[in-house]
Amino acid sequence: MNTQHNRGDFNVIASWIKPGERVLDLGCGDGALLRRLIDERGARGYGIELENAAMLCALENGINVIQTDLEQGLAGFGDGTFDHVVLSRTLQTVLHTENVLKEMLRVGTEAVVSFPNFAYWKNRLAVMNGRMPVSEDLPFEWFNTPNLRFFTLLDFESVCEHLGIAIRERQVLDEAGSLVDEEANFLGSLAVYRIGRDWLISRFDQFLHFHPQGLGFFDLPL
Amino acid sequence: MSSPVGADDTPLNNNVGAVASKRVQFSAPLQLQSGAILPAFDLAVETYGTLNAAKSNAILVCHALSGHQHVAGFRADNANDIGWWDNIVGAGRPLDTDKYFIVGLNNLGGCHGSSGPSSINAASGKPWGADFPVVTVSDWVAAQARLADTFGIDAWAAVIGGSLGGMQALQWTLDFPQRVRGALVIAAAPKLSAENIAFNDVARQAILTDPDFHGGHYYAHNVVPLRGLRLARMLGHITYLSDDQMAEKFGRRTRAGAGSYGFDVEFEVESYLRHQGDKFAGVFDANTYLRMTKALDYFDPAAEFDDDLAAALARATAQFLIVSFTTDWRFPPARSREMVNALVKNGQPVVYSEIECAHGHDSFLMDDAHYHAVVRSFLKRVGT
Repeated sequence: MNTQHNRGDFNVIASWIKPGERVLDLGCGDGALLRRLIDERGARGYGIELENAAMLCALENGINVIQTDLEQGLAGFGDGTFDHVVLSRTLQTVLHTENVLKEMLRVGTEAVVSFPNFAYWKNRLAVMNGRMPVSEDLPFEWFNTPNLRFFTLLDFESVCEHLGIAIRERQVLDEAGSLVDEEANFLGSLAVYRIGRDWLISRFDQFLHFHPQGLGFFDLPL
Repeated sequence: MSSPVGADDTPLNNNVGAVASKRVQFSAPLQLQSGAILPAFDLAVETYGTLNAAKSNAILVCHALSGHQHVAGFRADNANDIGWWDNIVGAGRPLDTDKYFIVGLNNLGGCHGSSGPSSINAASGKPWGADFPVVTVSDWVAAQARLADTFGIDAWAAVIGGSLGGMQALQWTLDFPQRVRGALVIAAAPKLSAENIAFNDVARQAILTDPDFHGGHYYAHNVVPLRGLRLARMLGHITYLSDDQMAEKFGRRTRAGAGSYGFDVEFEVESYLRHQGDKFAGVFDANTYLRMTKALDYFDPAAEFDDDLAAALARATAQFLIVSFTTDWRFPPARSREMVNALVKNGQPVVYSEIECAHGHDSFLMDDAHYHAVVRSFLKRVGT
């Protein structure tokens, strides 16, 4: 769900895409990010967009757009099909958060995820004052928001650790779209992460997959 | 397919206007996939719009199981005979006759003026009947390529088709990659499932076991296997509709005199299906029906690539538009996504749209705003 305003995260994302990369943009909206990656980086891009009007815009923008639910769309792609899988300002709208993150790193070598930081100081202040926050990066009222999940930089980093996802790079932006250097979880309104598979932990996952009972050490008579 | 009935589907509002078919003759032999050779053949053709000087604005419309060359407009000699996909062709419509030169044809083996089982075999002076060879999707594409040659068309701007027509569009990109810029593969599948083939075989059995079939040489006996063809169509027709749509259209509504504990028409759905069967059996050729279903069954471009569809599609250079419909259970969206996934795997250009439409497999003939907008926009990308 790419909103039309303030796409400061696009600059960050574009800086992480190398020329000629294969990119999948989940919830590509009107295709503005992909258009930019294709024009500036020569990316070979595909977008997934479910909504009719946005899908048509992306088509008009010359995007290879695939109209389907993003979770279904991911399931059909083979391992390592893309260099980068992008999920821009959409993770907070996804129901099966863990599955989508895992799937993104199955079909992509790396993933790029941006999301609004619920712990941004203005959001904290709004809650302190007894109201749910509405801001540049959380532009909806509580009753009409498509957002299902409210989380912070620390929350995201914690789920990454839990899933064996390695954080390769992080850029945090304020509401004006300027980079935030310090106290990111307090001063940052929008976070952009470049993530990959943690080699050691993903090997451990595979090990558990093939040996669901472990090696049975604890079953040995002592 | 059943005829689309849209609001503008009357001669009065018809866009393309009066049209006439013509017959194009091909005298060079055509080698068929089965090994048989057709020494010569005719194709019945209709065209709409004007071919530009560069001959770069031509769109080929491929028909499905029961279609033909009469895609749009009404026949000059019968204003009620409107083309089977009229709502998408015309000035200002997605297949815009102000921009494109649209070609519709009746495929080889058909019964609407092209060479087929019911046409005369020059060698015997009698109808071909059972002797007309079984033709495949590739054979149709080969014949269509000959047709393109007669127009001087090096490459189609686009090849479009629904269902079996979509399979021809896909086959074009594989057999003549350089001769098609855009392929619109709608409500199709990369091959039939066992269930699809099973339905086709029941339809064929209905025809083959009709006492009037005479091994396919029924023309010589001055009869037609009406009962078999009617049953085949009734069965096929069920698979073109959706359960929801049938519930809405007929439900369990009955006709007057129902509940007589007999076997005459009681439920509206029975009446509808029998009417569809009768209408079809009166105008269609049973031998053609057998061949069309067989072409469907045989279609499987991945077969020669160890069932690796991506490997099979790798040689295509066209831009693809794949479209599916949510209530289509004959070729459901998952079947279209097989093609999308294969193209994405190869890094090939593809646009995919899953249209919410209540009309089952027949949805591809409907005038749905999003569906038509997608087709229109994709064609803009392909250019004239």
